[in-house]
Amino acid sequence: MTQSMIRMENIHKSFGTNHVLRGLDLEIARGSSMVIIGGSGTGKSIALKCILGLVQQDSGTITVDGKDASSGDRDAFLARFGMLFQGAALFDSLPVWQNVAFRLLRGSLKRPKEEARQIAIDKLRRVGLRADVADRFPAELSGGMQKRVGLARAIAAEPEIIFFDEPTTGLDPIMSGVINDLIREIVVEMGATAMTITHDMTSVRAIADNISMLHDGVIQWTGPVADMDHSGNAYLDQFIQGRAEGPIEAVR
Amino acid sequence: MKPIALLGRTVLGMLAAIGRIALFAGRAIGHLVRPPFYGREFLSALLNIGWLSLPVVGLTAVFTGGALALQIYAGGSRFNAEAVVPQIVAVGMVRELGPVLVGLMIAARVTSSIAAEIATMKVTEQIDALVTLSTHPMKYLTVPRVLAATLVVPLLVGVGDIIGIFGGYAVATGTLGFNPAAYIRNTVNFLEPLDVISSLTKGAVFGFAAATMGCFHGMNSGRGAMGVGRATKSAVEGAAVLILAANFVLTGVFFSL
Repeated sequence: MTQSMIRMENIHKSFGTNHVLRGLDLEIARGSSMVIIGGSGTGKSIALKCILGLVQQDSGTITVDGKDASSGDRDAFLARFGMLFQGAALFDSLPVWQNVAFRLLRGSLKRPKEEARQIAIDKLRRVGLRADVADRFPAELSGGMQKRVGLARAIAAEPEIIFFDEPTTGLDPIMSGVINDLIREIVVEMGATAMTITHDMTSVRAIADNISMLHDGVIQWTGPVADMDHSGNAYLDQFIQGRAEGPIEAVR
Repeated sequence: MKPIALLGRTVLGMLAAIGRIALFAGRAIGHLVRPPFYGREFLSALLNIGWLSLPVVGLTAVFTGGALALQIYAGGSRFNAEAVVPQIVAVGMVRELGPVLVGLMIAARVTSSIAAEIATMKVTEQIDALVTLSTHPMKYLTVPRVLAATLVVPLLVGVGDIIGIFGGYAVATGTLGFNPAAYIRNTVNFLEPLDVISSLTKGAVFGFAAATMGCFHGMNSGRGAMGVGRATKSAVEGAAVLILAANFVLTGVFFSL
């Protein structure tokens, strides 16, 4: 039996009268790549932020590697995670290499500056960027390069769990393909547990081992990516086929 | 009934905002004494708030000191008291205009910059990124800025006081016929230690208020460009009002001693 790395049980989260998560249950096996799909505003990012503690759920429990995510040493907990944000979220005031090595320049994972810089350059190479990018500032990079730097930062400290929030949003199809391939390669190579949020079906097929379809605050279907096209689930079918007709209202 | 309800809601809203700002300031002070400390960010804030504010502080002070000398000379001549220009310029600059004008300039230059920077970081998820990188935003963003402003604004006020007095001196000796040596002697003899202490204390309080308001509104910014704009506007308004209110209270405290 595969051991679960992340387990979310009966998670509820509301913002005023907007009930975003209404009893979400989700389980991600260790070393697997789970992709959460669903329309805009269905709470995919909120679910991810609840795991990291960036948003506090109203009720329900989240366990990571069998331990309650809300208790214990917060720094040690976060040190297990890497995250690629939708807009890369690079720090404008720092050069690229300091963005990548941010975690290695301070806190419990601190390394000597030269070693941290070398690791940053190695990670930049791993995501297909040349060493001369290291001393540039994020504003000098294209969107695709920023995403790659964000990916290098996410893997710099060799995390056990990596989150990808809409990794291909705003990128052209070729760059999206490059990012998808990189994500897949890195996750396999590192043996990390990955959770990706997207509504890009090309990304889903490239990245996922398993997928979960989130709608109306709950998981409507979950299973291996190979079963996605013949799931028999009306929500998933409508989403995959991009139809306006179906149980998901086109105007939300 | 509606106007009363509206008044009640407004007052309650203001009290809640004051409470939130007070709690935020309390948390910032709490983090000030607990590691980790970010020395590089502190030095960067010190440079940005202190060194880079010198031109605007100097220009504001020199013009204000000069105008003050002209006004005192013109007003004093109505009852043959033109000779008090050095004393009134000195006390006016050190006790009141130096700290208040420097405080307001810091609110305009530094509070706006801090609020806009942190608000932009918030809407672009850079604050969330800091958290995922095991870095507390309060310690990394707020504490260095608040500490730097609290330490460096008194120095700016001191510099502003001196430049303002020099502005008055330049106008008085250059155009109003005052003797340079007598002007300096009168200025130095008239000022008391309490005048300088009150000036520098006001500077520290204004610096703390300006940076805290910038950080608070930046951290609590709404979404998008409009959110950043609102946060910046609210931060500058809040800092300016807080500085003027604190000035009134501190003046009352110091000169009732």
